[in-house]
Amino acid sequence: MTRPQVELLFWDGCPSHPQALEELRAAMIAVGLDPDAVAVREVGTDGAAEGERFVGSPTIRVDGADVVPPGDDEPVGLTCRVYRLRDGRYSPTPDPADLREALETAMTRSTA
Amino acid sequence: MTTIAVGAAAPPFDLPDTDGTRHSLGGEGAPAAPATVVVFTCNHCPYALAWHDRLVAVAADYADRDVRTLFINSNDAERYPRDSFEAMRDRVRGDGGWAVPYLRDEDQSVARAYGALTTPDVFVIAPDGAVAYRGAPDGDHGDPGQDAAWLRDALDAVLEGRPVDRDETKPVGCSIKWKP
Repeated sequence: MTRPQVELLFWDGCPSHPQALEELRAAMIAVGLDPDAVAVREVGTDGAAEGERFVGSPTIRVDGADVVPPGDDEPVGLTCRVYRLRDGRYSPTPDPADLREALETAMTRSTA
Repeated sequence: MTTIAVGAAAPPFDLPDTDGTRHSLGGEGAPAAPATVVVFTCNHCPYALAWHDRLVAVAADYADRDVRTLFINSNDAERYPRDSFEAMRDRVRGDGGWAVPYLRDEDQSVARAYGALTTPDVFVIAPDGAVAYRGAPDGDHGDPGQDAAWLRDALDAVLEGRPVDRDETKPVGCSIKWKP
């Protein structure tokens, strides 16, 4: 089985990335992936945000795909990202269930 | 930048809300209140959004005791257009109006005077004009059950004329977006 490539992109001006990393690693453990395999990268400038199509911190990608794909009109920039949990609440981090689902989907794809 | 200390006089201000009505604190002609809650907040921050309903609920719950609540958005709208005055108006309109005035601090002078750091950043001001509490609404943005307990405790103390037990907590949220 090919292991999916998991990335967490963050901007240090937003305090949510430690929680996001903790929840991401928990999700990786839950689906049988090595939690240390996540690549953590800082996005520190407007230019880097533009280059990465970074719509806010944290952004988590599995095999290059955003775990919560942003809308086409989502502006790129150094900001905190707004997520919605599955119960509708606003959150600075993705719903852990969305993380697990994205990881499982990528793992299924890689074994197909 | 220094944050205004608990016990110090709250800086006066006079700012427009999304309807164009001006709201002032301190200074001549400003309305007196047994307590005033000033919240630096914004449109684009997940922490501000997560705590928003709890803060509005506090305003509603204490309104019959004449507590004033004012929300202030000081963020740089050039780099963060979602925090423009127009976007603020759209948000309030989209919600069918707010019970709390949403003020625009265009030149960021009020946020600087208070030393506001994050959205949200909450200040409770006693009737003598001194800051009685500064910090987060409660201990967890992700737990609505906390019900802005730190803010409510501070308000209860001020309304009863006693010192606030926990008068300062660490504000948690997105940094205020300063103009270059």
